[in-house]
Amino acid sequence: MEGIILNISNTKVIDMYKTMLKIRKFEEVAMNASAEGRIPGFIHLYIGEEAVATGVCANLNDKDYITSTHRGHGHIVAKGGNLKFMMAELFGKATGYCKGRGGSMHIADATKGILGANGIVGAGHNLALGAGLSAQYRGTDEVCICFFGDASTNQGTFHESLNMASVWKLPIVFVCENNGYGISMSQNRHQAIKDVADRGVSYNVPGVVVDGNDVFAVYEAADEAIKRAREGKGPTIVECKTYRQRGHFEGDPGTYKPKEEQEAWVKKDPIPRFEKYILENGILSEKEMKEVQADIDDQIKEAVEFADNSPQPELEIALQDVYSDIKEEGR
Amino acid sequence: MKTMTYMEAIREAMRIKMKEDEKVLILGEDVGAFGGCFGLTGTLHSEFGEKRVRDTPISEGAIVGCAIGAAATGLKPIAEIMMGDFVTVAMDMLVNQAAKLRYMFGGKISLPMVVRLPGGGGLSAAAQHSQSLEAWLTHVPGLKVVYPSTPADAAGLLLTAIEDDNPVAFIEHKGIYGLKGEVPDDIKPIPFGVADIKKEGKDITIIATGKMVHEALKAAEQLSKDGIEAEVVDPRTLFPLDKETIFNSVKKTSKVLVVTEENKRGGYGGEISAMISEEIFDYLDAPIIRIGALNTPIPFSPCLENFVLPDSKDILNGVKKLF
Repeated sequence: MEGIILNISNTKVIDMYKTMLKIRKFEEVAMNASAEGRIPGFIHLYIGEEAVATGVCANLNDKDYITSTHRGHGHIVAKGGNLKFMMAELFGKATGYCKGRGGSMHIADATKGILGANGIVGAGHNLALGAGLSAQYRGTDEVCICFFGDASTNQGTFHESLNMASVWKLPIVFVCENNGYGISMSQNRHQAIKDVADRGVSYNVPGVVVDGNDVFAVYEAADEAIKRAREGKGPTIVECKTYRQRGHFEGDPGTYKPKEEQEAWVKKDPIPRFEKYILENGILSEKEMKEVQADIDDQIKEAVEFADNSPQPELEIALQDVYSDIKEEGR
Repeated sequence: MKTMTYMEAIREAMRIKMKEDEKVLILGEDVGAFGGCFGLTGTLHSEFGEKRVRDTPISEGAIVGCAIGAAATGLKPIAEIMMGDFVTVAMDMLVNQAAKLRYMFGGKISLPMVVRLPGGGGLSAAAQHSQSLEAWLTHVPGLKVVYPSTPADAAGLLLTAIEDDNPVAFIEHKGIYGLKGEVPDDIKPIPFGVADIKKEGKDITIIATGKMVHEALKAAEQLSKDGIEAEVVDPRTLFPLDKETIFNSVKKTSKVLVVTEENKRGGYGGEISAMISEEIFDYLDAPIIRIGALNTPIPFSPCLENFVLPDSKDILNGVKKLF
């Protein structure tokens, strides 16, 4: 992080810090609520990977699109998702983004260009094609960011979409969060390459590799790729090397991860690194930083209270919205 | 009225919507200057240009996924899957994505998209190019499934499909692409969920879909000579299904034969039969007869394929069991 001189205003730096903290604190609260049995089902946490979503989305506006993954909370927060509606959805409540029908893996917000987290590994690649095509077809300078993990690049969808996006020069940035694991499989066990970005060569798509725990490095690479996309020059792969500090899902003890590896990556945790930079460069004083932290804590607390106090969905909700114009029959 | 083939009617419906609405575009393999593998898109590429009639790489999953993403962000794509059989390659996109996004996303997303699926056998195209997979599609909540049997129905239903805010699987029987029929000069949308009685009768209800409608009509003509007046009901849309028209016909005739081209085992014909048994059993005078293809892959050699696929003779034999 040292030595990188970027043309980023202090306000933007502080915003990025707030976003990273929001994600981390959202995830920590979700982690505890899940352990306490207050969140039904499975959740996949983004702890340790915050710099990726933050650095990328800091370049976007509401008209740009993202496709996300099963590990989507971070992307959605970074793209401007509402914390209350997100938390309520995790709790399965009527006030959640999906009215309790989607849960953690299916949060979407079309008004913010969030085309949804997704429960199928690799599905977002193909959906991103459509958003990219649409942006191009309508003559806009909108872009679509396709977030995905290293392991999803073993799915055919990755290759199909990279190929089609390249042939049509679609405004898509493929952001690989290489967090070292596909569920329990370490990267060297699930693919015989180190850099996913290399896969772009097959499709004439340029690829760059950056330190995914350095929010500035991510920001800078994404900035360049997004500009390229907006200028009609086609897709880019931005591979961000990062680490999944938790298990695949909450409840997975992650025993397949070597202890030394985990410790080494925790030392490279993106948030303390960023805090150090902010303090050393006088962007925030320690007191101001504490105030920012307290403010985020309050926002997360409010989100949890909102979720806790929200009603369970009426059973009727299960029958609605299967179609725009047909309500399914009850039992 | 004017005479058109089934294929021309489908093309004409796309042309009408493309003229009307800049947001409508076609995606598919070889649909552009080549005009489609069956020649269906024909001259649409020269009429509307590369931007709106887009050749894609051979990537069915990406074609359907691209249509979903485009529909979610303001376009009205029509995706052509060259052979309906290849929908299996795109099944995740259709089943796990297109069908479920609106529901999972809290009803806040619309997917006005059509996936055209040339299905059915009879062309010696063998087991990977001849299937009738409608039961797989109707099984999935969130998809609408349309299966026209005539040029007029194909045109009218496709107009509706393109305007629909939900993903529509539009099955076309490729064996009747050349079938001619009367189409109104001013083609109007035909609403989904409205069956059409292709022939009235009082003695037995034959429910048939796609090409089997024509086999049923052929059988009905023969039956008429034998003094049996069959009523041929074409649901036209498999979901939503016009149960009312079907049930009213059954209440009148008290006998039912359901014929679809699918392998009989697990076919949608079974679902229709079950609905009748479950909801209006008391009106039945006899067991429901169900006709479908034999439960084999579709073989290549014409004599074998004819043996496996159902036709008017099978329908006649089925009806005769009840009289």
